[in-house]
Amino acid sequence: MGFPDRIERVVDIAHPPAKVWGALTTAEGLSSWFGNEATIDLRPGGSARMTWTSGDTAEMRVERVEEPTAFAFTWHIYGLPDDDPRRTYVEFTLEPVGTGTRLTVVESGFAQLADDAYHKAYDGNTGGWASELGELVDYLDAA
Amino acid sequence: MPPDSEVIAEQVFVALADPSRRAVLAALASGGPATATDLASRLPITRQAIAKHLGLLAEAGLVTAEPGERRRIRYRLHSAPMQVAQQFLAALARDWDGRLDALRDHLDK
Repeated sequence: MGFPDRIERVVDIAHPPAKVWGALTTAEGLSSWFGNEATIDLRPGGSARMTWTSGDTAEMRVERVEEPTAFAFTWHIYGLPDDDPRRTYVEFTLEPVGTGTRLTVVESGFAQLADDAYHKAYDGNTGGWASELGELVDYLDAA
Repeated sequence: MPPDSEVIAEQVFVALADPSRRAVLAALASGGPATATDLASRLPITRQAIAKHLGLLAEAGLVTAEPGERRRIRYRLHSAPMQVAQQFLAALARDWDGRLDALRDHLDK
């Protein structure tokens, strides 16, 4: 079947790296092509957030800021529960080519199984709503 | 890449390829743990066929059987393998092609 761990794309853009950098790393840029609204605290460890008119939201953590050649963040794997610790790593690298930019985007980590989460999920009680409802019942019984 | 994830995802997709097994999983997801008899009363599938599908799903780790007397065994959805399969789907759904097209259009404006 081939479980994809990594997605890679290379595109040539007819604009200089400084302009591409602005589109990738500013709230104004991100909200123009990626999300409908965006906020970003542009420093390693900073938070960024995008929202869409559909109601979807993406929370990112900025990991790498090397203007104007490298920008990276991690974010949640779509479809996994919100408290799942697994995240994919997205890295943009910008390379000047003539008057334009060669932009490479790599997203990796789709095939990871966080050991802890894996063993917890498989060995523990089956968890989820059953145990949460059990905790609610315990709480109400104690009250 | 952990070799297990591919095996686990494959079991999920094999399970989901069959409409009766999809119906059983959907019933457990929406209604919670149930016995084969409960499921047979809710689905247009015979109890024998449901028992067979539940056995296969349990072997693949997609449902877990609660201990109990044979006819009263309740089956519960086990979501961890679904989350592994979801990671596979997430990679297919990322759509960087569409996003990079949008980036180019934005810069060309």
